[in-house]
Amino acid sequence: MRLTQGCFSFLPDLTDDQIRAQAQYCIDHGWAVNIEFTDDPHPRNTYWEMWGLPMFDIKDAAAVMMELAECRKAYGNRYIRLSGFDSSHGWESVKLSFLVNRPAEEPGFRLVRQEAEGRNVRYTTQAYVTDRPEGQRYK
Amino acid sequence: MTDSAPSYEHPGITDPVSTERPRGTGPFAMPVPAGKQPSTGSQTEVVDLAKELTEAGIEDVLTELDDELVGLAPVKTRIREIAALLLVERVRRKLGLSSEPPTLHMSFTGNPGTGKTTVALRMADILHRLGFVRKGHLISVTRDDLVGQYIGHTAPKTKEILKRAMGGVLFIDEAYYLYRAENERDYGQEAIEILLQVMENQREDLVVILAGYADRMEKFFRSNPGFRSRIAHHIDFPDYADSELLAIGELILVKQNYKLSDSGREALARYITARKQQPHFSNARSIRNALDRARMRQANRIVRSASGLKITTEDLMTIDAPDLLASRVFGQDAAANSPLSDETESTFD
Repeated sequence: MRLTQGCFSFLPDLTDDQIRAQAQYCIDHGWAVNIEFTDDPHPRNTYWEMWGLPMFDIKDAAAVMMELAECRKAYGNRYIRLSGFDSSHGWESVKLSFLVNRPAEEPGFRLVRQEAEGRNVRYTTQAYVTDRPEGQRYK
Repeated sequence: MTDSAPSYEHPGITDPVSTERPRGTGPFAMPVPAGKQPSTGSQTEVVDLAKELTEAGIEDVLTELDDELVGLAPVKTRIREIAALLLVERVRRKLGLSSEPPTLHMSFTGNPGTGKTTVALRMADILHRLGFVRKGHLISVTRDDLVGQYIGHTAPKTKEILKRAMGGVLFIDEAYYLYRAENERDYGQEAIEILLQVMENQREDLVVILAGYADRMEKFFRSNPGFRSRIAHHIDFPDYADSELLAIGELILVKQNYKLSDSGREALARYITARKQQPHFSNARSIRNALDRARMRQANRIVRSASGLKITTEDLMTIDAPDLLASRVFGQDAAANSPLSDETESTFD
């Protein structure tokens, strides 16, 4: 199951040139570019690990691509996303976030039914990979 | 049913139509490598080189270079050559005559105060106008900025600087301090390795300019042969002649809305000759320091002499001979005559 998340989730995966153009777009708007990775694919998992520090004083997307290449080398089997943080007053939030890397195999989610009071059924989803401990989830 | 179904957030979704936008506009812009589209019949295509020259605005930068920098004839010639090469390279690229991007890393050698940093700044501008660096900013660093203090500190520090310099020019002043032969555990070696790697692999992303005194740079290159082979342009900055230093002095003063009186000019010429004999002479920088002190003496002279009198703009603008002759450079006699001559600096400026 192909996980989609954030901006451009309706598009096929971006190529490196497209990622570079997006990163440059963030830099040109004065947003700090962050690289984050995780192996917990649940959409409600907002706490991803940061790769290095936010890049707020760079001028060119080549720097982002360099860090991304490093991150892929170390965590190529996890989800990696790139986000642009706008620190300007009143915003102070992430303005752009999209996936730039995904594991080769994505097993997807199971639907869990919990029988509750009366005849109620509560539904939730759980990623198959989270059965295994962190760091051993994707090959 | 409770709210447990996963809800996917799409904070940045614009209308899906945007995918059909023509490529080359907006955030979806895709760079099209110029080399990929060789124009047909490129053998016969005619290019107006003069137009290219004006378009790049390169002539302006070169003229500015000629006007604002005194002397440095060999440096200017070399920069013109590099600019010509880059211009031709650019035209070739336009015609689809693809070739490897030229190596642009440079080394500036010369004595202190010969204008290495100033030229590096211009170089960044030239490279930017010709499109060989994307942003054209200059990051000026020394050993301190690249080398860390403990194990594992150097690599992130160097990478941080390299990242900031991407798309522009990285200027490493007194580059030979990076390598300390006497200490084999020095972290400088680590910084050098990272630098070399990026200089080689990301040639189109940044240009590195090393600067320093000629003899020590020579030693540095000898112990780091990797650097020498990765640097295409070695430019030597000659010392200034006396007349050039005088011209520089006048140029500095004009920029600050000062001018020299005739006797003041003569005094400055004498100062230059005398100063050159003293140790720690650093060309234009020494002149600038001398003029800064002369301004102070001039201010003091005006304040003391003009009490009760009206002073004119002319007075405020003119640096006269006594302002310069009070310098310690002219020996103890002159120093004894002026209360301001006991400069605090340890040098003889």
